[in-house]
Amino acid sequence: MDKHVLLRDLDAPNIRELAVYEANDGYAAWRRALTDMKPEEVVAVVKDSGLRGRGGAGFPAGLKWSFIPRDIFPKYVVVNGDESEAGTFKDHQLLDNNPHQVIEGTALCAYAVQANTAYIYLRGEFLEPSRTLQKAIDEAYAAGLLGRNILGTGYNLDIHIHLGAGAYICGEETALLSSLEGQLGQPRLRPPFPAVQGLYAKPTVINNVETLANVPPIVLNGAQWYRQFGTEKSPGTKIFCVSGRVNKPGNYELPLGQHTIRELIEMAGGTINNRPVKGVLPAGSSAPILPASALDTKLDYESMQAAGSLLGSASFVILDDTVDIVWAARKMVRFFKHESCGKCTPCREGTHWAMNLYDKIISGKGSLHDVDMLAEVANSMAGKCFCLLGEFATSPILSTLKHFRPEYEKWVSESGALAGA
Amino acid sequence: MLKEKRAPDIEKTLAKYPSRRSAVMPLLYIAQEEYGYCDDSAIREVAEILGLDPTEVKSIVGFYTMFYEEPTGQYVIDVCDDLPCALRGADEFVSHCERKLGVKAGQTTPDGKFTLRTVMCIAACDRAPVAQVNTEYRYALTPESFDQMIDELRERDGK
Repeated sequence: MDKHVLLRDLDAPNIRELAVYEANDGYAAWRRALTDMKPEEVVAVVKDSGLRGRGGAGFPAGLKWSFIPRDIFPKYVVVNGDESEAGTFKDHQLLDNNPHQVIEGTALCAYAVQANTAYIYLRGEFLEPSRTLQKAIDEAYAAGLLGRNILGTGYNLDIHIHLGAGAYICGEETALLSSLEGQLGQPRLRPPFPAVQGLYAKPTVINNVETLANVPPIVLNGAQWYRQFGTEKSPGTKIFCVSGRVNKPGNYELPLGQHTIRELIEMAGGTINNRPVKGVLPAGSSAPILPASALDTKLDYESMQAAGSLLGSASFVILDDTVDIVWAARKMVRFFKHESCGKCTPCREGTHWAMNLYDKIISGKGSLHDVDMLAEVANSMAGKCFCLLGEFATSPILSTLKHFRPEYEKWVSESGALAGA
Repeated sequence: MLKEKRAPDIEKTLAKYPSRRSAVMPLLYIAQEEYGYCDDSAIREVAEILGLDPTEVKSIVGFYTMFYEEPTGQYVIDVCDDLPCALRGADEFVSHCERKLGVKAGQTTPDGKFTLRTVMCIAACDRAPVAQVNTEYRYALTPESFDQMIDELRERDGK
């Protein structure tokens, strides 16, 4: 990969400015689509590219667009920029440094499904990125690339930014829609899926910021060009966020399936003081931890799944041998306890009781019984909640118990003996 | 009253959505800019503009962490102590912030200047430890740079 497809600010500094973006093929795909392509042709090229949603679920984007009914109006495009998964900071960099590519991708998606309004939902903490993005949107309006009768084609499109206010759950697409409608940010039952009844009960496409940033180069260069990167099932490039115990944490854009976790850690400067890796969280707190024996797993959706975890949002948190796994698991469970929206009892209560158990174990008052109870609590949540948050919350518990149970036993060995006496 | 004082902003916000209710969060931000926090009278104002019951608006305020139900310090300092930041020293860093400000996380300094809070991941783990001061990022903080920031903020307002 000689040039970045997404993190293009690394090749073209100041690409956040319209003039620089346009000098680097910016809005060329948008101009071509509007003047030379039918909406369904845009859907087709994205479908053929095999682009999968980059927010976590990995659902094929073009397929999602093709579910939008043609004859119901209005339709909406909603961009998910709620980026709140611990360890994820890729959309942040895209919004700060390459906002026009996000806008162009949003516009192409809107044209493809014939929506005239798009909302970009950013987490409330992205106040500064929202200013950069708004400035770019204003530039695009002023250049006649957004608004009414765009480029004289008769097509109209408005893009609005909507700021959240601090709630992880709003990254879940139906909760995001509820939040955007001014309701509590709690998930809704599916079906109906957003493609049929989304925002204001109208057909709605929801895609992640990074997903849409892939669209302009796909429309400009074609599906085959995009498929030169990645694997058959995981085409294209992906931004990998690397954080934790490495020397150079940051975003690394790589073709999917070409490199291993071990190589990714090397790119991130290796571990601090060259300590051995103990475990890797491939998708922040939400996917099962992988032990060091999985370091040669390839970085794509199917390989990560085969290894017993998920690629998700590709936020790799690296833990070395100085990290106490029970402490780390407690941090993650604390996150889910804080972020549970309270709608479903198993998640609301389960995260609370799991947290109590971690506090008990870490304060030296735990027993083996408490360790087993953690698994029991997690198993009482799994598969019993409305949305995936409740499911995610079980993963730090069950996966650390699976791979690192001796660390739990060490924590309770002395106190456990006392409690049992 | 917000309705008069911020009329252009409110009109501009309402025009973005086909449903007035969608404007509840942006209007709460406007109220918070004006009053510093969303107390019952601010909530009633927002509810009236949108034609909602104040109870509904209050539930929105309570649901999100960025709407304040009580007065805060002039500067709200949100320090991330979630796992990725904690792997790079955030817990020790929070203790330093507490010592420097003389308050515990969740408290406001007696002079009403600073509120210190710990928050979940704020999407800047590559530049940990990280904080936001009134929602503006401060990256790659050290105890020294934090102290300097606090001293500057104190000086800026002549105290």
